Amino acid sequence: MKNKVRELRKLKGLTQEQLAEVIGVSRQTINAIEKEKFDPSLPTAFKMARLFELSIEDFFLFEDSK
Amino acid sequence: MKEKRRKHLLNLGLWTWSWVATLAIATFGPQLIWDDHTLLTTIAIVTNLANGVLMIMANRKLFNHFDELERKIHLESMALTLGLAVIVGLTYSLLDQTNLIPYDAEIGTLVGFIGVTYIITLLVNRIKYR
Repeated sequence: MKNKVRELRKLKGLTQEQLAEVIGVSRQTINAIEKEKFDPSLPTAFKMARLFELSIEDFFLFEDSK
Repeated sequence: MKEKRRKHLLNLGLWTWSWVATLAIATFGPQLIWDDHTLLTTIAIVTNLANGVLMIMANRKLFNHFDELERKIHLESMALTLGLAVIVGLTYSLLDQTNLIPYDAEIGTLVGFIGVTYIITLLVNRIKYR
């Protein structure tokens, strides 16, 4: 799934390590999400949304493949 | 988070090593240490079994501490390993039954295969999600 996590993280001035610490996941998970290799769980997406002060749809772009 | 992870890993490592040690004692003890004494052999086997259960519980604690990506990586690796273990295990057994291999199929070989397969699939999955 396409996302804007990398841009938003940089806007907040956070490193991957710092974002991972705040969200409660590993740095590798943040890296995989930013590279769009892995879609996070709903709780993780909500934690990010709260941190970025946005709604989930603002930075996770769902594209129906049908 | 890292401190807890280290603690769970250390715990699993300790239970794994003690399981291997009790397995070695239960395997070689009857012939080399206590001369086939039934009670001692039973105690050694029960101790090894109990140790194995505690090792599984330590592994479960570590797994529950993993984050979502790590769980996905491990679950995918376990699924592949389980599938391969069943298929290769049965093929190996068939080779023995039909005498296509000149030796008996040993469970240790299958356990070794499972271990190596799990490590390889873990490495492949880690690279995939890097």
